[in-house]
Amino acid sequence: MAATHGVPRSFQEVILRLQGYWASKGCAVLQPYDMEVGAGTFHPATTLRSLGTRPWAAAYVQPSRRPTDGRYGENPNRMQHYYQYQVLIKPSPPDLQALYLGSLEAIGIDTALHDIRFVEDDWESPTLGAWGLGWEVWCDGMEVSQFTYFQQVGGHDCHPVSGELTYGLERLAMYVLGIDHVMEMPFNDPAAPIPLSYGDIFRQTEQEYSRWNFDQADTAMLLKHFEDAEAECDRILTAEPEDAAGRRIVMAHPAYDQCIKASHLFNLLDARGVISVTERQAYIGRVRALAKRCADAFVTTEAGGGVTG
Amino acid sequence: MPDLLIELFSEEIPARMQPRAREDLKKLMTDGLVEAGLTYGHAEAFSTPRRLVLAIEGLTAESPTLREERRGPRADAPAQAIEGFLRSTGLSRDQLEEREEKKGAMLYAVIERPGRKAPEIVAEVLERTIRAFPWPKAMRWSTGSLRWVRPLHSILCLLTTDAGAEVVPLEVDGIAAGATTRGHRFMAPDAFTVSSFEDYAAKLKAAKVILDPAEREAAIWHEATTQAFAQGCELVEDKGLLTEIAGLVEWPVVLMGGIGEAFLGLPAEVLQTSMKEHQKFFSVRNPKTGRIEKFVTVANRETVDHGATILAGNLKVLSARLSDARFFWENDLRTVKSVGLEGMGAGLSDVTFHNKLGSVADKIARIAALAREIAPLVGAGPDLAAEAARVVKSDLRSEMVGEFPELQGIMGGYYARAEGLPEAVAEACKSHYQPLGPSDEVPAEAVGMAVALADKIDTLAGFWAIDEKPTGSKDPFALRRAALGVIRIAVENGLRFGLAGIAERAIARARPGAPAPAAQRSDMVVAEQVAALHEQHLAETAADAPEGSGAEVAASLLAFFHDRLKVHLRDQGIRHDVIDACLAMPGNDDLALLVKRAEALAAFLATDDGVNLLQGFKRANNILTQAEEKDGVEYSFGADPKFAEDDSERALFAALDAGEAAIAPAMAAENFPAAMAAMAALRAPIDAFFEAVQINTDNQIVRRNRLNLLSRIRTICLQVADLTRLEG
Repeated sequence: MAATHGVPRSFQEVILRLQGYWASKGCAVLQPYDMEVGAGTFHPATTLRSLGTRPWAAAYVQPSRRPTDGRYGENPNRMQHYYQYQVLIKPSPPDLQALYLGSLEAIGIDTALHDIRFVEDDWESPTLGAWGLGWEVWCDGMEVSQFTYFQQVGGHDCHPVSGELTYGLERLAMYVLGIDHVMEMPFNDPAAPIPLSYGDIFRQTEQEYSRWNFDQADTAMLLKHFEDAEAECDRILTAEPEDAAGRRIVMAHPAYDQCIKASHLFNLLDARGVISVTERQAYIGRVRALAKRCADAFVTTEAGGGVTG
Repeated sequence: MPDLLIELFSEEIPARMQPRAREDLKKLMTDGLVEAGLTYGHAEAFSTPRRLVLAIEGLTAESPTLREERRGPRADAPAQAIEGFLRSTGLSRDQLEEREEKKGAMLYAVIERPGRKAPEIVAEVLERTIRAFPWPKAMRWSTGSLRWVRPLHSILCLLTTDAGAEVVPLEVDGIAAGATTRGHRFMAPDAFTVSSFEDYAAKLKAAKVILDPAEREAAIWHEATTQAFAQGCELVEDKGLLTEIAGLVEWPVVLMGGIGEAFLGLPAEVLQTSMKEHQKFFSVRNPKTGRIEKFVTVANRETVDHGATILAGNLKVLSARLSDARFFWENDLRTVKSVGLEGMGAGLSDVTFHNKLGSVADKIARIAALAREIAPLVGAGPDLAAEAARVVKSDLRSEMVGEFPELQGIMGGYYARAEGLPEAVAEACKSHYQPLGPSDEVPAEAVGMAVALADKIDTLAGFWAIDEKPTGSKDPFALRRAALGVIRIAVENGLRFGLAGIAERAIARARPGAPAPAAQRSDMVVAEQVAALHEQHLAETAADAPEGSGAEVAASLLAFFHDRLKVHLRDQGIRHDVIDACLAMPGNDDLALLVKRAEALAAFLATDDGVNLLQGFKRANNILTQAEEKDGVEYSFGADPKFAEDDSERALFAALDAGEAAIAPAMAAENFPAAMAAMAALRAPIDAFFEAVQINTDNQIVRRNRLNLLSRIRTICLQVADLTRLEG
């Protein structure tokens, strides 16, 4: 049972406290999306649900993969696989800053002893055709979260505006727990019968994926998969909105899955160093085109606020 | 008279936007109030991260009643005309006055606009200001449609008189103005009510908010320098950083810490840049060692442990950052040790400079060839200049510059020294980028000058070769700055060379399809040279030349240099016609010569002698030109003193003889002031000559002789500059 006050003792306790805190503030605590994504923002609970007029409040952990950041588990705070904690509330509540500061207190950061600052940082995702204004939040000079008011997603103006919070969980937990190397961070309670460190769980996988990402991934196959995902996304969205039984079912989410796939495949190709500077922009543009079409489709659906009654 | 206080309270305003926002708030409000008929004594704007504030003293309580009288048509004018007048005034017929005038009864409209009370005007102007505020980037939030830099939470708008304070009734997107605000986010978060600006500023201070950014800056600077001094150190001044930090805190608390021993060996620029860019720390230097050994950070609150936790956290982040920096530094040094600085830049062949102008490596090869050509003209060794050109951009591939692009050139210098390259090469790594702006220095060493000129001329030549010239306000490749750089390097170092030939050859090298300049290196084998020559031949025959011959493109580039030179000299107070007069002379592609001539001419024209001589020249030139046009001949030779009739005429012959004798050697020595001083001596004889004689006399021999004499005046004067282009 995790304590709810004092300083947490493990990585998972930081996560559990965040889950408890945001649940107590009325968020639906969702589970991670079951696909490879570069950041928590890619979860349809953020990307798609920030669109349209229907209110939304969700919080979740999202495993995130950035193949180029792999360091074979040797760097103290850089990995190709890590966790983000993501909160999205639409419309953004007037006291979102206070709610956020409450979450820091919940994980043991005493704001009376620390220096918390909101430092300008505008967010933009060229692959999602999205941007917003906000800050990076500093705790004693360290960036612990991103705080963004979404203005546009998938090329659509956000109305109402969502407030998005993204916590880099490893970095935040290392700070709270006073750990210098991520692999040394206790994952479960250090007093548990079988204490496990972050390294016990992830050092080997970091090595394996770093080798695969940088040296082994079959680039011809990845390229083919990229094009397949792109084609399938297009096909899904071009299909008639009515199925054989005459029901109107726009397949925004299956199409968006293909967009997520294309984005991750692009990241893998990038890590393999086979994408030149000029090609880069073209690939990003192709993924963005998919994201925009998915957004266009989503806002015609019921969840997207496009169907009333 | 009431005082006005406005506070727009929001979530954190980016520090960099605050100075401009203060100005905008003040201007939009005071302009709007004045336009609506109010006047005021004094206005001042303030900001903190969470508030934008305007205080106006001595605002008038209401705008004056305005009375406007308009004369209309005659009382018995056609109905249509009267109706038109009624429409334009918004009055009815019975509201018009009739006045008897000479022409008969005329209609008059007297429109009275009653004065309005200050609160009504303030509310109107403030709402307009908020809705149209020119933030560089604004946003919506929640369900609203209002745009502000970050969510706007409250508006305080108060008119204060001796009788008391009054809230100005105002509502913008559901936010109603009031008399309350809040203190520091963490140290005094409660709301409180204020009654005047003095009350507001005092209560804010009690609530741990210093309103005035200048006061915060002063407090930070004073405390930081004091703490550094107490440790026998000195703070590295950084005004931009100070202003930024003052925009990030409401209650500055200065904390000083030491940099770990392990990082003290890093170059000072690396420490400073890393601490400033990532952490917004000031650097603290130990004057005894000359090293950056400590830092100052500014927190936004007091704590019971006197900042111990905050400082410890900051130190931890700093260590992580500097570990990265040391990792880059050590890797880079290892690279330089194994493959040299030139080897470090090998990957630049994969970096595109411009898709029509090849890779950065291609550009470097062109710069090396050009630097070799320019070197003898600026007193540098050609081999050394070419060697420098090949390595000055290598650090673009270093890990350190990858992390901190602003350290380009500086790191190259460190790595060149680590490799043991000549000091002139190490210097050129940084100086070849100079001047970076109008206030930056130009390179002072010959090798740096050669490479800086080569780099900039190649950039210009390249974009001219592919016809990507700056147009209007569009100059995406900063070509104007490059041209000004070339001008300043040449002029400020007094470098003498003709630009036209250099530019033409640079354009030929940069043209798409041109052969890559042969890397003139001793280890290049003959077979490679033969192959390169063969390729060059193929390229020359195959290259599809862009429009215009090389000479035409070079002429266009030279004209661009002349335009930039005009702008540059105009900023220094030299008239455009003076520059035109000098541009018309031969050798106008020698920028330093051009400037020398223009400066001498401008100085000469600032004297009485100069102005009068110019008049004398113009008179002589006009008479001569008219006579030449009329007679269809050129009077250019053979004035003979024996045909002189008047003493003044003989005196002028003597003066011209003396003048020519003095001017010729001065011109040969390019001593323009001396040549112009000698010309000035001609002023009196010329004036006296025009006074005494008539040029167009009936005696054709005398007339011809005098015209030929005028021709001598013209020839002498035109030696220094084309004076016909001067105005006045």
